[in-house]
Amino acid sequence: MPAGAAIQVGGVNVFYGDFHALWDISLEVGRGEIVSIIGSNGSGKSTLLNTLAGQLTPRTGSITYFGESIGSLPPHETVAKGMVLVPEGRRVFPRLTVFENLLMGSYTYKARKNRKQSLENIHELFPRLGERGDQMADTLSGGEQQMLAIGRALMSEPKVLLCDEISLGLAPIVIKGIYQKIKQINALGLTIILVEQDITRSLKVADRAYVMLEGKIVLEGKPCDLTEERVKEAYFGI
Amino acid sequence: MEGLAQDILNGLLLGGLYAVVAIGLSTIFGIVRLVNLAHGDLMILASYLSLFMVSALGVSPLLTLVAIMPIMFAVGYILQRFLLNRVLGEEMEPPLLVAFGVSIILQNLMLMTFTPDARSLMSNLSLMTFSLGRNLSVPVLYLINFFIALAVIAGQHYFLQNTYMGRGIRAASDDKYAAQLMGINTQNTYAVAMGIAIMTAGVAGVLVGMTFTFYPHSGPQYLIIAFGVVVIGGLGSMKGTFVGGLILALAQILGARVFGPGYQLLCGYVVLLIVLAVRPQGILGRG
Repeated sequence: MPAGAAIQVGGVNVFYGDFHALWDISLEVGRGEIVSIIGSNGSGKSTLLNTLAGQLTPRTGSITYFGESIGSLPPHETVAKGMVLVPEGRRVFPRLTVFENLLMGSYTYKARKNRKQSLENIHELFPRLGERGDQMADTLSGGEQQMLAIGRALMSEPKVLLCDEISLGLAPIVIKGIYQKIKQINALGLTIILVEQDITRSLKVADRAYVMLEGKIVLEGKPCDLTEERVKEAYFGI
Repeated sequence: MEGLAQDILNGLLLGGLYAVVAIGLSTIFGIVRLVNLAHGDLMILASYLSLFMVSALGVSPLLTLVAIMPIMFAVGYILQRFLLNRVLGEEMEPPLLVAFGVSIILQNLMLMTFTPDARSLMSNLSLMTFSLGRNLSVPVLYLINFFIALAVIAGQHYFLQNTYMGRGIRAASDDKYAAQLMGINTQNTYAVAMGIAIMTAGVAGVLVGMTFTFYPHSGPQYLIIAFGVVVIGGLGSMKGTFVGGLILALAQILGARVFGPGYQLLCGYVVLLIVLAVRPQGILGRG
């Protein structure tokens, strides 16, 4: 695989206490790619993203980010390096205003200096967030909260954006809008990893995809090579 | 009705002092979900530190605040960063027990170091008053307490609302996991929050030391006042803490006026029970 990969994961094993959650995961994400990770509930997708973001530390194996080993960094340091996670369930700060939520995205020292510019960019990408700047985040609709969660993550000026179930609980029309934004963000040069249960939607935008089952990667390929039948087989493990 | 206006005035001014006694306890519970049982003892520690500086340097107790505030910030920061952060988790009992342990250790250290004698931070402010009309006079020290308390609460409010670190502290309190994902080092923000809380306790300790006598075992007495204020006003609400301070102090002083001095404390806690029964989240607490 290319030496210039954004992320290389080699033989990663992750445990929750005694529970073996990720088994020998190896994958690679090239610069500027959109890679989709699909799988059913409990297949380890979110665990994988949380491991990349530094919330979990692999017991064995390596994670390389633009050639640099980051396997044991805590989350606040991976963010500073330029990899940020949009968490499942959006997790905006409910008692902070929309504006303050965005500010928190630029908490790292480097991002803080450019926050004015970042804020303008995000208001351009999501005009709604600019209009609602003074509202408390928990008064936003689900779709707006998802935009806020993405905008907040972008405030850190990331090179890699990890998105966990960004379509969860949203109306199809809203999901469509959000996926358009994901493509726009990707066009700016960001590498994106999407974790989704919605297979069709995420295969449509992805350059490549991995299918996970019970903590293992069971299938990999370009969306055009992944026929519905092969994905279903891998997805359900039948 | 002789002296009623005077009692109300005294109650309001004392309320300001009660609010600053409680603000740190309320803040740290709101942010870290930690009941700091050592809050009162840390206050009294600051009283003794101030006493030490007053006798060594011969300065006014108020002036020692310049040194007490950074020292107590450091004490709070270190306490949280290296001790309490280690036991924070899903359950509330471990940090509660550690704080209780700190409380006992502090009381006994102060007992060993400063002897059990009653002390106070004397200054010529203690006896000064100025009069407002024939039957109304304002004790200067109480007035100073009140305004310092206001300044502390306003300052802390400003810090939490308008600075990056302050917003980060609120974000970490809203959602620790998401805050970490945004690059906030929550171990550090918790420690800063505790530093600020203990800094306010330090201010409270100096003011209390100037106003009343204190002993190595005075801490729990002020912890209980702080609990009362926080329960009446509503946990985590700064305005609530201020209002709670005023109500508790007024209840005590007016209770003493009506039923006699022996009922002062009881009246304060009856009001507390009434608030608990009628509005358990506190007067300005969130539902």
